[in-house]
Amino acid sequence: MTDSTQTSALMKEGRFVRFLSSSAGRATIAFVLVMLLGLIFNADGAFFKLGMHRDALRQASVFGILAVGMTVVIITGGIDLSVGSILAVSAVLFSILTLHLDWPAWISILSCIIVGAGLGAISGTLIAVTKLQPFIATLAMMTFGRGVAKYITGGQKISTYLTNSDGEVIIKELPRIFKVIDSRIMGGNIAIVSIIFLFCLLITWLFLAKHKWGRELFSIGGNEESARLSGVPVKWTKFLAYTVSGIMCAIAGIAQAAQETQGDPEAGGGYELTAIAMVVIGGTNMAGGRGGMGLTLIGILTIGYLEKILSINAVPESGRLLITGVIIVLAVLTQRKNRN
Amino acid sequence: MNSDLSTPVIAMRGIGKKFGRVRVLENIDFEIFPGEVHILAGENGAGKSTLMKILSGVYTSYEGTISMNGKIIAPATPLEANHMGISVIHQELSLIPSMNVRDNLFLGRPVTSLGFVHDREQKKKALSVLNDLGLDVSADALIEDLSISMQQLIEIAKAISINAKVIIMDEPSSSLNSKDVEILFSLIEKLKKQGCGIVYISHRMEEIKRLANRITVLRDGKFVGTSLAEKLPTPKLINWMVGREMTNMFPRYEMNRGKEKLRIENLTVSDNEKTHVKGINLTVNSGEILGIAGLQGCGASELLMGIFGAYNRKTADHIYLNGKEISIKKPSDAIKKNIALLTNDRKATGLVLSMSIIANICMSGLVELSQWGWRSIFGEISATEKQAEALQIHASSYEMEVGMLSGGNQQKVAIAKWMQISPEVLLLDEPTRGIDIGAKHEIYQLMNEWTKQGISIVLITSEMPELLAMSDRVIVMHRGSLTAEFTREEADAENILAAAMGKETIRR
Repeated sequence: MTDSTQTSALMKEGRFVRFLSSSAGRATIAFVLVMLLGLIFNADGAFFKLGMHRDALRQASVFGILAVGMTVVIITGGIDLSVGSILAVSAVLFSILTLHLDWPAWISILSCIIVGAGLGAISGTLIAVTKLQPFIATLAMMTFGRGVAKYITGGQKISTYLTNSDGEVIIKELPRIFKVIDSRIMGGNIAIVSIIFLFCLLITWLFLAKHKWGRELFSIGGNEESARLSGVPVKWTKFLAYTVSGIMCAIAGIAQAAQETQGDPEAGGGYELTAIAMVVIGGTNMAGGRGGMGLTLIGILTIGYLEKILSINAVPESGRLLITGVIIVLAVLTQRKNRN
Repeated sequence: MNSDLSTPVIAMRGIGKKFGRVRVLENIDFEIFPGEVHILAGENGAGKSTLMKILSGVYTSYEGTISMNGKIIAPATPLEANHMGISVIHQELSLIPSMNVRDNLFLGRPVTSLGFVHDREQKKKALSVLNDLGLDVSADALIEDLSISMQQLIEIAKAISINAKVIIMDEPSSSLNSKDVEILFSLIEKLKKQGCGIVYISHRMEEIKRLANRITVLRDGKFVGTSLAEKLPTPKLINWMVGREMTNMFPRYEMNRGKEKLRIENLTVSDNEKTHVKGINLTVNSGEILGIAGLQGCGASELLMGIFGAYNRKTADHIYLNGKEISIKKPSDAIKKNIALLTNDRKATGLVLSMSIIANICMSGLVELSQWGWRSIFGEISATEKQAEALQIHASSYEMEVGMLSGGNQQKVAIAKWMQISPEVLLLDEPTRGIDIGAKHEIYQLMNEWTKQGISIVLITSEMPELLAMSDRVIVMHRGSLTAEFTREEADAENILAAAMGKETIRR
């Protein structure tokens, strides 16, 4: 009997060790460390309250949606610096259409998604067809997108306060769609934005894991020339990757506008870096070819929880930034050390 | 140029070299006299490059001695060899494309004063080097803006500006057009007059005849002989190079030649730099193995890439499959027509090493294995099992990354990827490169089986015995053109090599 328990314990350990040396296991190490941080610095028990976890997920959701699109792009060996700017375009466009022009919610949402996809498609064309480096092409789109957001708003935030042609200030009623997106269901325990985020993640995961396109993304990231000579439609696949990232930015922009009840042309500044950090902490390789949506989910939760834990402990912003920077380096170092 | 013409500047004695347990050089004697062009000849893999890498300090563990002007030397690094006056011009350029000509000429030994680069002085020196050689190029031009030919000449200028006593040129003309080859030859004449000894490695008969003062031939890592050029007529030279008995260790069953399968008319392949293949016509029948012979740079690989749609092609060509004209603009067009190309470098252009065996095997046939683009896991597993069994791929799990497999198994995965599309035409570029004898044998057996099923094979191989044993018909290419076609009975190493070096024997 003791024999069999020992063997099963050994087997369990073997499995455990194997898990730790897998990419998912390595990503989990960082997540567990952050959770331990939360257990120790629990801010007088605040960490053990359900509301804390709900908020952590809700606050990470907009970033998470961006990270989903970013993962797709990074798997091809590229990068998308324009996500924050396209988010802003979508946020202000959604606000203008619903608040000022009184367009129906679903047409406004569809329009934002089309515009986001279009901006992503421009990056995709520059990269896949014109063969610009992804960094350069999306850096240009980052600047251009911010310009678009400022141009269509005149640099002003789009809110329910509206100045009409006579110079009168009128306050419009907040359309229902804003309240719907910003609401919570299941007894206030799950935010709609979190559901939108998880839905985006699930759909993209399905495509990555089960669809031909996902396989082609990985093969391009792994060895573009081999992929081309094996008949993979390299240009089309890359084009779609950036288009999908654009769509995710548009969705994130709508969620952001709903949460802020306004469209801010300055929204999303620096978000691209958080999204990249989430993908990298998850363990998706910046050089392309390795990674996945499950890993990105772990990365999103790691950064999301870290932010939340630091904020409930009232760590000032300076401290938050310092600690986040250190955690990113540590997480990526663990990944690399274990790989060799 | 004066009294010391009779003593060698470099004398290599009893040179031997092993890689692990494989002996690649055995007891080679090689001398270089000042002011001579010494041709180093031999088939691919004869050991020419290894010998030169020993001389230039790349390999430091070897048997035997090297002496320079009577003093024993042992260059430990290429840089040290350089300082001793031994300079190498590689086939691959070692210039920095984004820097200008003068900075490249003085790379690693800039003209400085007080630690700062003395630009004016450097430019003056660069201009005098370029003028001496009669090169018509600005010292400020960026390397990347120059033609490949000019880059090659700059590379030579760089070697010369070091005041080299010995210059090793490894196929320097392979990327030059005929006009620049003339410039190269006049450079060589100048160097000879300055008393510089030149080792020239070439596969081209006309160059050998024109340049050679003396010729040394290596074969299978062994020294065959050294002779004055005029005492070594071409037939004898080829005999020295090929020499060995060709035993039929490769199985090729009876031919199963059927109807015409693939016909290529007037195919030209080019990129921005040069034309690789000029107006080639060829046919392959079903069940036939067509061998393509040729030396490095003959354009055979580019020909296959061109057929497969992986290269720019002139539009004047026609490709017929089973008698019907087809259009191939990109690799996926070829795949749809069941034409497969096994590339000559499985790691760089064949496989995605970071992906699993399943993912690699199913990469080209993914469309057929999916419905509405959704992949079928079971379909992929059963396809992989089928191919792995047929090709005897040994792996603990099909989820294993291909990068973890041995060379032979990797090659089989690359082949399995193509068998999965049920090919009618298999274009095989060096299918047995870098794999062990056992795996090679298995691949020969498979080639027999495929032709029995009526698959047509076009085979490029640089191994002469393999080519002779496996091909039903051999065509020979030289500088992008066909120079000869032999039946299985006519083909032998000597006439193939002669044609590969540019001797036209084609009957049209």
